[in-house]
Amino acid sequence: MGDLFRPKSFAGIFGAAPSVALATLTLTIAQKGPQYAGIEARSMILGAVALGIYSMAVMWTLMRGRLRTPVVTLAWTALWLAASFALAFAFLRPLR
Amino acid sequence: MTISANSSGLRQMRWHELLARFMFGGAMTVIAGLIAQRFGPVIGGLFLAFPAIFPASATLIDKHEIQKKQREGVPPQLRGRHAAGADAMGTALGSIGLAIFAAVVWLVLPSAPAWLALTAALLAWAVGAVTAWAIWKKRLWRFLQPSR
Repeated sequence: MGDLFRPKSFAGIFGAAPSVALATLTLTIAQKGPQYAGIEARSMILGAVALGIYSMAVMWTLMRGRLRTPVVTLAWTALWLAASFALAFAFLRPLR
Repeated sequence: MTISANSSGLRQMRWHELLARFMFGGAMTVIAGLIAQRFGPVIGGLFLAFPAIFPASATLIDKHEIQKKQREGVPPQLRGRHAAGADAMGTALGSIGLAIFAAVVWLVLPSAPAWLALTAALLAWAVGAVTAWAIWKKRLWRFLQPSR
């Protein structure tokens, strides 16, 4: 879908399409029930916030830096990990 | 700028590039399941929003944009990286929709059939992501005005 649309910024919203989430949640609901999948979905909210932070960092680096796209997109996944775990530690620890 | 669909982008794509994206997506589905099994649903759920396919997509956009400019006889310079950067901006806006998707699943799933919760969440993602993009473009008023 992302290759079909113009402008590129609009096509980019498909980079955050819940394709993996839909497949995983469907399997989880079938195997472990809706309560378990609900807990995963609650964590996914924070994962999505981390994805927003990651994407902004990638955008900023590609627009201003001189590094190649695969290097930038892979290197910043460390930021996604750091941001998602920090958010989970801050917001989800008291709810466990 | 208006939204348009152009099949030339699809024609530019090679079958192995499509296969790579499917493989990344499939691998991430398995990995997310394994992480949830090992560390529980709280940590496993985070990985449902992991940027698994994005690095491959952005790299392909960069490559295709450079090839397109070379075919047109225009020096590509920074065009490939800037196109990938614009794609990343769209993904940042789409992540707002992804957070809404997750919130809808979390809130609706305990009290509704799974198919209904997931369908409602998917619609919420589409509306949320497109609305975020439209607001960012400051063109929301155009969508609301009646067409002449």
